Amino acid sequence: MTPTRQDEPVVRAERVRKHFGRLEVLRSVDLEVYEGEVVVIIGRSGSGKSTFLRCINHLEKIDGGRLYVNGELVGYRQRGEKIYELRERDVAAKRAEIGMVFQHFNLFSHMTALRNLTEAPIQVRGLKRAEATDRAFRLLDRVGLREKATAYPSQLSGGQQQRVAIARALAMEPQLMLFDEPTSALDPELVGEVLDVMKGLAADGMTMIVVTHEIAFAREVGDRVVVMDEGAIIEEGPPGQVLTAPKDPRARDFLARVLTAGAEDPATEAPRAS
Amino acid sequence: MSAAQASTPATESSADRIVAVPVRHYGRMLGGLVVLVLLIDLVFAIVRNNSFKFGLVRNYLFDPVVLAGLRTTLELTVISMAVAIVLGVVAAVFRLSPNPVLKGTSGAYIWFFRGTPVLVQLIFWFNLGIIFPRIRLGIPFTDLTLWSEPTNNAIRPFTAAILGLGLNEGAYVAEIVRAGIISVGKGQTDAALALGMRRDKVMRRVVLPQAVPIVIPPMGNEFIGMLKYSALASVIAVEELLGSVEHIYSTNLRTLELLVVASIWYLACTTALTIGQHYLERYVGRSRGNAPANTRWRTWALRRTAH
Repeated sequence: MTPTRQDEPVVRAERVRKHFGRLEVLRSVDLEVYEGEVVVIIGRSGSGKSTFLRCINHLEKIDGGRLYVNGELVGYRQRGEKIYELRERDVAAKRAEIGMVFQHFNLFSHMTALRNLTEAPIQVRGLKRAEATDRAFRLLDRVGLREKATAYPSQLSGGQQQRVAIARALAMEPQLMLFDEPTSALDPELVGEVLDVMKGLAADGMTMIVVTHEIAFAREVGDRVVVMDEGAIIEEGPPGQVLTAPKDPRARDFLARVLTAGAEDPATEAPRAS
Repeated sequence: MSAAQASTPATESSADRIVAVPVRHYGRMLGGLVVLVLLIDLVFAIVRNNSFKFGLVRNYLFDPVVLAGLRTTLELTVISMAVAIVLGVVAAVFRLSPNPVLKGTSGAYIWFFRGTPVLVQLIFWFNLGIIFPRIRLGIPFTDLTLWSEPTNNAIRPFTAAILGLGLNEGAYVAEIVRAGIISVGKGQTDAALALGMRRDKVMRRVVLPQAVPIVIPPMGNEFIGMLKYSALASVIAVEELLGSVEHIYSTNLRTLELLVVASIWYLACTTALTIGQHYLERYVGRSRGNAPANTRWRTWALRRTAH
């Protein structure tokens, strides 16, 4: 999908900085993500890619720079020169528009798959239970897990849990989906089923930011690939260019190691960096 | 490893089966024998003791005074525990709050009530009228009064017992609940926040329900403890189970028989609580895979609506 550059991007990051204590996690991140785009972020562990993702829905506060979603500051409100913290209610309302999928699924373990999908639509959006249940079954169908509606997360495989987690995020009808290493905690044979669901989403035109180690996925589904290192973006461009001919030596080094780790057939075998 | 070894025949000849003579643990046997003899001796000592009247135990077990005491004990336990759970959950949530005043107040409460003996606290509440002759409900630092009452009317021995036991227990419950809350993974909060839930809702709908199964075993312990601690209320003139048997043996002087009567009731109650706890644990543990029968029915019902 070719983004139309004159539109306001869904996500706009300008010199975003974040530190935990004295550790600088994000030094200066600039990135724009347009509607319908699939942007894949790769990079070494500790390069700040997950932190950046968590900043987008304000699970982490940024310390410097500006971060906008749909042209509005994330977590803050600017009036003139002054910046005010947003009230919890407003932060929550904005988060509801952004779906997030976590490395460890984080399904609510005391709820069935179905309740996981209906909880937020009922509690946050005020949907009627019947309506939320209808929507939940439609989404369970979409991820191929209708028959698991009454199963608790502990009764599902990792791949099934992650598919339910994706459906849970979709139940809020978000306009942007964030994926934080969605397949890193999965057994290799379960990775495919999760990636298939994500491919389907991308094909439907969902705006997605995906932090992953799945180079094959980046190549096949990504509109753009971003390589992060030490809290900054060191390489950015179409997957064909970034993955095969990176300009930055650190990006080249990282890709060389990831691709040899994935070995024989990078097209089908999903490389997993450790 | 040779190939021949790897392919051992499936059928076992009797010569292969190990029928070993077990090691004799002579020391262990001797120890068991000594304990057994001592136990038998103890039983005989009790049964053949002529000054202990078993008949009295039987007679007093269902004495109206004892049953009234038992009832008071159960009321004390349940009400104090309810007070403690409400206080404990609030104190635990406050303690985990970023607000320093709430956090500090909760910390001080736990520090104080866990750090002084319950018996002292009970006697304190019983004697509250000495320093505060009247209790007043109104707006602080103004003369506006909604309700006022002499302390000795408002806080009778039973109320003093509830205050003493409940406030003390609340401090322990707070720590148990806090441990339960902490044990729920941070990912659960992340996921709930990311869905647009607000903090109070995340706590009520996601974190606390998951803390419950973790908190129940230690809570059962506290409940049983409370049943027994409530005996302390006899010191401030509450006629609970111990107080009622004391009342009886102060006139007939059959102290031991009546203490046995009280102990039988205490044991009966703690046994009942233990059984109750077992079923409660099974019920709240249903999301962990071992589904009891009633959720099987719900599964069936949900399947039907699914199609």
